[in-house]
Amino acid sequence: MEQLKQLKQYFRPEQLRELSLIVLIALIFLFFGSQIEGYFSPRIFNRVTSDVAIIAVVALGETLVLLTRNYDLSVGSIVGLTAFFVGKQLTAYPDMQPILAMLLAIGAGSCLGLINGLLVSYGRIPSIIVTLGTMAIYRATLVAYPGNKMVVINDLPGWITELGSRQLFSIGEFSIRPVVVGGLVMFIIFQFVTSYLRFGRRLYAIGSNPEAARIGGLPSHRIVLLAFILCGAIAGLAGFLYLVRYGNLNTAAANGMELKVIAAAVVGGISTNGGKGAIMGALLGALMINLLQQSLLRWLVISNFWVDALLGLLILIAVIIDSVIINRLSDLWNRQDQEINPVDEKKVIKEKKSHAA
Amino acid sequence: MLRRFERLKSWEGVLLVVLIGIVIFNSSMTPHYLQIQNQVNLFQLNIEKIIIVLIMAFIIINAEIDLSVASVMALAGCVMAYLFEKGLPFGLCLFAGLLTGVLTGAFNGFMVSYVRLTSLVVTLSGLIGYRGLAHVLLENRSVGNFPEWFDRLGQQPLVGPFPLALIIFFVLLIIALIILQWSGAGRYVFVIGNNSEVARYSGVNVRRVKMILFIVSGLVSAFAGLLLAARLGSMRGDTAIGTELEVITMVLLGGVSIFGGTGSLYGVLLSILIILNLRNGMGLLNVPGENQTGVIGALLILSVLGPNIGRGVREAWNRRHVQHIRVGEEEKGG
Repeated sequence: MEQLKQLKQYFRPEQLRELSLIVLIALIFLFFGSQIEGYFSPRIFNRVTSDVAIIAVVALGETLVLLTRNYDLSVGSIVGLTAFFVGKQLTAYPDMQPILAMLLAIGAGSCLGLINGLLVSYGRIPSIIVTLGTMAIYRATLVAYPGNKMVVINDLPGWITELGSRQLFSIGEFSIRPVVVGGLVMFIIFQFVTSYLRFGRRLYAIGSNPEAARIGGLPSHRIVLLAFILCGAIAGLAGFLYLVRYGNLNTAAANGMELKVIAAAVVGGISTNGGKGAIMGALLGALMINLLQQSLLRWLVISNFWVDALLGLLILIAVIIDSVIINRLSDLWNRQDQEINPVDEKKVIKEKKSHAA
Repeated sequence: MLRRFERLKSWEGVLLVVLIGIVIFNSSMTPHYLQIQNQVNLFQLNIEKIIIVLIMAFIIINAEIDLSVASVMALAGCVMAYLFEKGLPFGLCLFAGLLTGVLTGAFNGFMVSYVRLTSLVVTLSGLIGYRGLAHVLLENRSVGNFPEWFDRLGQQPLVGPFPLALIIFFVLLIIALIILQWSGAGRYVFVIGNNSEVARYSGVNVRRVKMILFIVSGLVSAFAGLLLAARLGSMRGDTAIGTELEVITMVLLGGVSIFGGTGSLYGVLLSILIILNLRNGMGLLNVPGENQTGVIGALLILSVLGPNIGRGVREAWNRRHVQHIRVGEEEKGG
């Protein structure tokens, strides 16, 4: 019993869900590995990792917004618009520095995020309405962009193609590309930000109870605004990665990506009611969805038209597991936590005073 | 007379002024705009959307959302086309299409009202999943050559210049108006949208109301899918992609709150007219489709931002006013 209590202190039900996702991903991996010939080849590995990197990065930004109990439906359009914009700029000025191009993408993305954030936090418009509108507006801006409606890889400077296919380092025969490393770095930074920094914890506070956070004196407006700006900036970075990965773009670039991103976040256990979930989950969700998609495309037993149908089912199952099992488990955990450590009221009051001071 | 002006200050009044502005602008730009044929066309080209808008208004007032409508449209159409291709009698195919809608709606409704999942997530998975099933059925083929009477119903006018779908829309509109604005069932929809806990304690069967709404939403979407199949004369897996967003835009522009509980079908009707006329006008001016959607997106944001700014200014003015006359009470923070 004593051991069980100790185990409980180090182990939360939310981690159980991440653990089960990892196990599930491993199972998918092993299953398709036994079914598809050449599944463990470097080519498929590259495909999956590059795709996951882009979706996971966008999902990470979306998670910041979802945590505050808001939505950003415009991320697909932001990714498309920044990729297109930077591609056009690079076509016009081919001797631009790579780092400058990346900063340009991040800057453009954060401007678009700023518009969303201002309308949501200071215009007091529900985020779903704002981003539904800006999704259409950003896409229209992309279509109305002067000049022809394509970015062609041959017009882009050589380093784009080079960056997309170069291997940074390799593990065995699997090469790791810069896009993947970029994604991983972002993931580590934001896992740290959301778990340890004040800004990150405040996102959770606002999402789990906006009213309480406001009364408790958190600058909710500013934090939500910052979450949207960050989400835009990250989507801008993902736009740059998108350009590096694909090179050829048309006006439908990254169309519908927002749904995939939200799906990844939901499968990863990030609640659409805010305040729940971890960045780690978004990464695992993106990995799982992409792995399943790429594997089913190559599995000859069922037609590859089943991919989306199964994806829908997967999302639903993830949410059902969340609401039926995980929530009950965490109720159980919380109850027993209180039995183990009954709340010391004096201590709480003392802490509150020191916070107020 | 004064009371009439009071009513004009409401949201419907604003929409009405915008609509009149658009109509005047359009008719000054092109002489063909006000002809009956153009007006019928403008409805006819979007008839499936505006039929779904009616039930979507119910669902959003009920504080839920249904993102899967466009995918249900495609799935119902594809089930119908698939069975037709297999050689079943056509009436049975149509029935199967409608049944698909009922089943998907019941599934969504069950997940929302009995398993208690968020409707946004449930119908998001429906949006992806039902579309996927539609692709499974027809793969990437296009199925057409439906019976001649079916195509004719979808494409030719039935009574005078009005095609069947338009007549059905007006019948449904009247039914929806009666239910939502004047009947007890409509009150339930509002009450649940305002506060479903209170509704439950007052003895409203919240689960059943939500269930019924989702089933009807599925049925209406399936019906719209069949109408679309008749109008286009063929069906593909990717038909009607993205329709849900435009449907939701129409409802929200009509003054229905995304948090539920407020709104009216009159506003929704006006917003349908605004969007259709705006699109038609832009089409006559050769504005490309994506940019039309962008303009509507901007209109959606402005439509909520405008009243918010107005309220903010009014509150600020009231605060100053209160300070000025030095009421003894403590100032209330806004």
